[in-house]
Amino acid sequence: MTWSIIDTWIVIIGGLCAAGCAIPGAILVLRKMSLMGDAISHTVLPGIAIAFLITGSRDPMAMLIGSVVVGLVTAFLVQAIQTFGKVEAGASMGIVFTVLFAFGLVLMRQAVDHVDIDPDCVLYGSIELAWFDQDPEGLGIPRGAIVNGVMLLANLLLLLLFYKEFKITSFDPALAKAQGFQPSFMHYMLMTMTAATAVAAFETVGSILVVAMFIVPPATAYLLTNRFSMMFILAIFLSVLAAIIGHISAITIPTWFGFSGTSTAGAMAVATGALFLVAWVVSPLDGMLVRMWHLFSTRLHVVREDILGVLWRLEERGQKELLLVQLSEAIGTTPFLVKISLQLLQKRNVVSKTKLFWSLTDCGRKQAAAIVRSHRLWEVYLDKHFPQDVHQLHQSAERLEHITTPEMQVKLGNAKEDPHGSQVPADE
Amino acid sequence: MKVEAGHSTTSPVSIHDLTVAYQRKPVLWDVDLDIPEGKLIAIVGPNGAGKSTLIKAVLDLVPKASGKVMIYGRPFAKQRKLVAYVPQRESVDWDFPIDALGVVLMGRYNKIGWCKPVRKQDSKAAMESLERVGMADFARRQISQLSGGQQQRVFLARALTQDATIYLMDEPFASVDATTERAIVKVLGDLRSLGKTVVVVHHDLQTVREYFDHVILLNMRVVAHGPVDEVFTDENLKKTYGGRLTLLSEAADRLARH
Repeated sequence: MTWSIIDTWIVIIGGLCAAGCAIPGAILVLRKMSLMGDAISHTVLPGIAIAFLITGSRDPMAMLIGSVVVGLVTAFLVQAIQTFGKVEAGASMGIVFTVLFAFGLVLMRQAVDHVDIDPDCVLYGSIELAWFDQDPEGLGIPRGAIVNGVMLLANLLLLLLFYKEFKITSFDPALAKAQGFQPSFMHYMLMTMTAATAVAAFETVGSILVVAMFIVPPATAYLLTNRFSMMFILAIFLSVLAAIIGHISAITIPTWFGFSGTSTAGAMAVATGALFLVAWVVSPLDGMLVRMWHLFSTRLHVVREDILGVLWRLEERGQKELLLVQLSEAIGTTPFLVKISLQLLQKRNVVSKTKLFWSLTDCGRKQAAAIVRSHRLWEVYLDKHFPQDVHQLHQSAERLEHITTPEMQVKLGNAKEDPHGSQVPADE
Repeated sequence: MKVEAGHSTTSPVSIHDLTVAYQRKPVLWDVDLDIPEGKLIAIVGPNGAGKSTLIKAVLDLVPKASGKVMIYGRPFAKQRKLVAYVPQRESVDWDFPIDALGVVLMGRYNKIGWCKPVRKQDSKAAMESLERVGMADFARRQISQLSGGQQQRVFLARALTQDATIYLMDEPFASVDATTERAIVKVLGDLRSLGKTVVVVHHDLQTVREYFDHVILLNMRVVAHGPVDEVFTDENLKKTYGGRLTLLSEAADRLARH
């Protein structure tokens, strides 16, 4: 990998742009209108084309104004079609932005005849070339960095200034309105931020990356936190991380397979997806690993209680100890799970092992009695309220015994004998 | 103070000739009401009777086809600080990344004002409100991890922290546990003893007599309103729920089609 000043600036510009998008993006995700970012990034195109046709120049200010105006028109039309057109929000966005985007392409054709404005460039951007577009004063800072940096600052300022207004209008628009915080005002401010960010970014990174940056890092942040402030911090962090990882992979990974580098903007967008995937798996809140761990630990909990139950019933019949294999057969689970469970029970001094045989300790006997008591009381309860086959009673009680709290046990009553005629162990 | 004709200045909420329509179909028709001060008032009526709409119309949340609502003789927009609102629990996304304290703090936003940060005394007030509904221990709990009843109590705490004179609550008793029901009843009692006016959309006819002083029987129009002892009669209930007011709803359907 060869790294030059150009690469540094590519990452800086990508990061600034991504962080700028993450701020309105996070609010859009929380308002369940992430696709609005997509819609508005696309309608930047007709905005630019109209501004160009009117002014006849590529003056950035004119293009910014054109895009923001068309972006607001998009937001307004989406709302109007949703309210009066009997279609849901997704369809309403789809109608507006596809038509406006196509209209933009049509206009662009007209414009292209006059001056070089390239629809491809709008879609894919030219972040690789951004460094060569230097500012006129010659400070060595590319224009893309300035434009995206200013946009990021503006978004940050607006977020800090209207932090609680964004929070209340996103969470509970009705209360916000009743308190005099106009949700529609905040809505159009957000739409303005989105449109301005999209137009600032489109030239350097292209609208495909903009769409990804609006949605994916905030959605990833949403998986990782349940605090409002952390949504923004994480979304910004993740989007910058995606920009760095994206560019590094764009210039390294293809070379491993004998190709030259690939599109940096594309690789950055892919990187946002990769980060999302990682968060989905490892999120401490509700990630796949956490869920699997919960399932596994619940399973172990059940096996431990079953072991105690089996040993207790064994003593009831006058025997005392069992081999690991016998336990695993009696419970109907793998010897492996039984083994880890036994080890933990032994550590807690609930079971003891003599040679290869396992038996209850005094402390274990008490715990086991409580479990069997729950089991048999449930059988009594079920038999009384939902008469059924005696065999089925055992099945249901088998599941219920593992989730019975002491309070529930008290409510289950004080029967002395279960429907099979076995003694209910006394409460201790 | 300038007062509009036909409105009482002493009534906390004075509704005059109010009609509200969704897509031209009226849901409230010519509602005339002066809500008495310092009472617990239930709004009772069948599904689709316009109970929630009545509250929303008072709060300017739905457009009025005609009519006016005055809060102590002045428009709502000038009296916002006097009115606290408890929306239906289902109206918000409980997966929103925020904790119970954060939700309650929203009740203070109006006092804080635009663009200003939350202050220490706001957090203190919010914690006190959480304590009043028995939720102080859950202040830092993410709201999706609360039970339905606990969520309802958070909403109630948020309204309390608004420190208003008039409280409008939309079905606070809907599917809550016994603890929450007791907590809400206690808060209602406290508010009454402080002289506040509380209007509650209520669906449980069994408890109206026990919990409320006044009742508004609503089915598109006000069927009857007044002290519970006088108004909450079998005959009035039959008129509200039983008669189905077929002619009125037929007329409403025709309006919607034209």
